[in-house]
Amino acid sequence: MPVPVRERCRCRCGADAAVPQVQEIVFRNFYTAFLSVRVQRPGPGGPRRWVTCLRDHRLMPCPHTEEGSQDYFSLHRHQMLCDMDQVTAVRFILRQPSPVWLHFTIEELQIFPPGQKSPQKDFPSWLSQLSPPEQPASLHGELPDPEKVSTEVQQMWVLTEVIRARQAAARIGRFDVDGCYDINLLSYT
Amino acid sequence: MLDPDSGLSLTIARIVQRLKGSSLHSQLERQARGNWEKRILKSLNSMCTELGIPLAQKRPVNEQKELLNKWNEMGTDEPDLSLFRPVYAPKDFLEVLMNLRNPNYENGEQLSFRNHLGLIQVPLKVKDIPELKEDFSELGLNIGQLGIDDSAQVPPEFFENEHVRVGQKVLAEQDSAAAQQYVRQGCPTALRADLWALILNISNQPEDILYYEQLKSNVIQHDLLVDSLIYKDVKLTASNDDYYFVFEDYLYQVLLCFSRDTSVLEHFTYSSATPPKSYIRGKLGMEEYAVFYPPNGVIPFHGFSMYVAPLCFLYHEPSRLYQIFREMYVRFFFRLHSISSHASGIVSLCLLFETLLQTHLPQLFYHLREIGAQPLRISFKWLVRAFSGYLATDQLLLLWDRILGYNSLEILAVLAAAVFAFRAVNLMEVTSLAAAEAVLADLSTLKVMPLLQIFLFATVT
Repeated sequence: MPVPVRERCRCRCGADAAVPQVQEIVFRNFYTAFLSVRVQRPGPGGPRRWVTCLRDHRLMPCPHTEEGSQDYFSLHRHQMLCDMDQVTAVRFILRQPSPVWLHFTIEELQIFPPGQKSPQKDFPSWLSQLSPPEQPASLHGELPDPEKVSTEVQQMWVLTEVIRARQAAARIGRFDVDGCYDINLLSYT
Repeated sequence: MLDPDSGLSLTIARIVQRLKGSSLHSQLERQARGNWEKRILKSLNSMCTELGIPLAQKRPVNEQKELLNKWNEMGTDEPDLSLFRPVYAPKDFLEVLMNLRNPNYENGEQLSFRNHLGLIQVPLKVKDIPELKEDFSELGLNIGQLGIDDSAQVPPEFFENEHVRVGQKVLAEQDSAAAQQYVRQGCPTALRADLWALILNISNQPEDILYYEQLKSNVIQHDLLVDSLIYKDVKLTASNDDYYFVFEDYLYQVLLCFSRDTSVLEHFTYSSATPPKSYIRGKLGMEEYAVFYPPNGVIPFHGFSMYVAPLCFLYHEPSRLYQIFREMYVRFFFRLHSISSHASGIVSLCLLFETLLQTHLPQLFYHLREIGAQPLRISFKWLVRAFSGYLATDQLLLLWDRILGYNSLEILAVLAAAVFAFRAVNLMEVTSLAAAEAVLADLSTLKVMPLLQIFLFATVT
């Protein structure tokens, strides 16, 4: 039975960073099952020591299957076991106990100091375009003004008639270009 | 007239329901999907050039008038469709799924624990029976079900009357979430149409009827090659079916309009498929003249019309029937013919079926494999069509009740395994794929709920 393979990779912070602090670590997984992170920072006595700040964080719920294998992950400082200040080196320890995968690693690794937000995914445009719900007119126990209601109903009816009449040119769900849907063959790209 | 508040909340509810993203794993799956989609495009293009028929053309005015006149009886038309062939059939799709491989996975040639014994070789996570028991807990032995506890021998006072009363209350309250919970135990026939509409958030507003009329006028104006494929599919499948041939005209009215509906394009944001693209004649490569073909981006395959046929029993107004079908398609059915790693996607369903069979009927699985009758070869067509056309209609509707109730297609894989379990004794005696197919050819006498209940809750493991 093959022994679970451990892989280690090390990265050092820039030597001229004033007081390196780690706010967030963002990366893309590639078939790594568990991640441990250790940082080198000054201990209580003074000299620098390695401290584990994340132990066996599960990236793939089931190491033999695909779930989580290519997901993006973000680790914040508040998830870490120790302070992420005055960090001089970061060590990532990747574990993949399942023997079925040929390679495993993490990709697109980015480390952000405080004050710099990680890239947010754009909100879909429709979320920002939703108009706030209009406050319905409060009735206070009274009936609405019949004149107003009948004008509104008449306006709606006119709109309906207009849309019905404009079927050929209606912009709702148009799939043609200027009335023309004369197309060539399907495109492969 | 439309109250702005209810319109907004309906829209949000529909968007939230649809946004169950399909997670995309594995670059090779993307590549395989790309190759499969290219194959479909090539097939359609070659049909177009061989037959000398354009993909789309504007209908001459007299033809438009003629079509409008016989809109309600398009089934009486007998166009010559002999030269058309379906773009693909489920078995072609199965060949593609069988060849999906992850390059990072050790796919050795020798049989080892790494290789799957079934046809699907992609290591997706699927549920086992304990997890399924938990998910489908409302199907348990001590909970009343329509399809079991409403049979003639059971007095209606035990379960059926109370269940109908609760259903009427849910409808009166117009509570969509409660309806979804309610239909897990089955829908009374009289309430099914309204309950499904409530769950799918379909309210028949005047603008929806207008939208349908708009689609109808699009059909009248432009003639698409895809229309002939739809005609052919309906003639080959639904029209030949004892239960569904009466609905032939409805099927044209729904499917032809469906092809023109650009709102269906929205589902591609969470589907892993890509809609086919083309350019206006003479403007090749110019993006402002790029269009989707067909307008809804969905190319029908052999058997596609069977997604619509069972709904014709419930809805008789074309625009309402159309809306229900469209919502069912963009929520569920599209997953059955596109490659993705979603838990309700066809790849996961196939793997779930094979895993359940292998785990709980290992002797049967081994035997069928030995005689060259891989079980998925037989059950794949059931899964792709969500059993439409294979089960009796009342049983099919009870099954689709649970699809809506649990918002998942996994029940299809469980039923497929349960059918094999039910016919296991006969299957152990066959010696060829053809004989195995014959044993499982006729499912029209099966009762789905007892099969599911026994397989999940009463099988000794």
